[in-house]
Amino acid sequence: MIPPQFEYYAPHSVDEAVALLTRFDGESKVLAGGHSLIPLMKLRLAAPRVLVDINRIANLAYIREDGAQLKIGATTRTNDLLDSPLLAKSYPILTDAAQQIADPLVRNLGTVGGNLCHGDPGNDLPACMLALGAEMAVVGPNGPRTILASEFYRDTFVTALESTEVLVEVRIPKSRPRQGNAYHKIEKRIGDFAMAGVATNLVLDGSGRVEFAGIGLTGVGPTALAATQAASVLVGQMPDESHLAHSARLAQEAAQPTSDLRGPMEYKRAMVSVLVRRVLGRSLARARGGA
Amino acid sequence: MAAVSRPVTHAASLTSTGGSVVRVQTIVNGQAVAAEVEPRTLLVHFLREVLGLTGTHIGCDTSHCGACTVHLDGKPVKSCTVLAVQATGREVRTVEGLEVGGKLSPVQEAFVAEHGLQCGFCTSGMMMTATALLKKNPNPSEDEIRDAIRGNLCRCTGYVNIVKAIRLAGQKMQSAAETRGGPA
Repeated sequence: MIPPQFEYYAPHSVDEAVALLTRFDGESKVLAGGHSLIPLMKLRLAAPRVLVDINRIANLAYIREDGAQLKIGATTRTNDLLDSPLLAKSYPILTDAAQQIADPLVRNLGTVGGNLCHGDPGNDLPACMLALGAEMAVVGPNGPRTILASEFYRDTFVTALESTEVLVEVRIPKSRPRQGNAYHKIEKRIGDFAMAGVATNLVLDGSGRVEFAGIGLTGVGPTALAATQAASVLVGQMPDESHLAHSARLAQEAAQPTSDLRGPMEYKRAMVSVLVRRVLGRSLARARGGA
Repeated sequence: MAAVSRPVTHAASLTSTGGSVVRVQTIVNGQAVAAEVEPRTLLVHFLREVLGLTGTHIGCDTSHCGACTVHLDGKPVKSCTVLAVQATGREVRTVEGLEVGGKLSPVQEAFVAEHGLQCGFCTSGMMMTATALLKKNPNPSEDEIRDAIRGNLCRCTGYVNIVKAIRLAGQKMQSAAETRGGPA
């Protein structure tokens, strides 16, 4: 299979990319790692007339703490997340997720920005960003703006990113003492999309009470979902098994799975509950200084 | 079939021109190559049909099976999901580039010794992934090997011997390095 014909542009700056997207508005797509877009084009599910390849833009791949934020550049490869000692130490949710995204070969090209902007509810990083309270830094014809992850996902394959905008980086609140987070998904076979996936993030205060909680769900709705009620019931608690079970019940209610080849909706819903308990437990252990 | 392509000899640059033809200028197995192709030409088709390097196979064509694995700047990638033009200015290595001076690489030798193949269709991709793994991690455990080849499918299910072959290659490369007094 080969993709339909298109015109190819490889800009060397974000401004140039935005200019191209503006010039070809409505008929262009950004090419990053290409591991969602190129298969879609081969299958004729997408046929953009113009591709704007952002891989030649310098300084768009990085992982660094800057002030109160962790910043990850849009063309950072998935395997770069996995290889980062900073993430393994302070943001293990992203190491967990990277380890479970597709396979090692795909991870050498697939990008953080592509995973976030594709808008597939089966992508793993959106749920992580919802749990972490991240924001997307984008640039468009009117300059830069930021969009909260919680306002970014509108519908399947539909995000708040305008067709003339480029995601430049994702910004995550800097890791704090007594913070713990984790991600886990159940997949039917290696490299497949999640039957259900759960991202959780907890920050404890000095006494061990939950100060902040975030929960994101993968693959159980039209978009990645923030289980906000399930998270907020944890805040202020000294969390024990009963709190985790309560949160898991609420997350299960927030899930909107559909039945498909990856499983019946009842099963997926049940798995959300199992995973929330399990992943919250791991986050808690990490926040308390364990593994 | 794939791309309308014609090799060109003149030097040009710039991948940012738009239009229906792009220039690919890359290094494949140590040799500089240049050609003009349609933008939609995939790297695997470029290698097989423009350069005649048919050791890289087309399997699933949807980035699942890994039969098309090549190295792009030293990292294994699925060449059915990379545009040829994206290789411009970068280095590509295919299975044809594994042997040196007519001598099989340690990975190739180990696949022979352990019979790390049945039908052979996945083999070139497996060996490219194995070569990259051993460069990064010279002494991988069985689990690490199995994790590394998650993106390479063997439909004959001959994984046991493939894993053995990769272990053997790692051991041979290590003992060769020790004999040379290099880092273990």
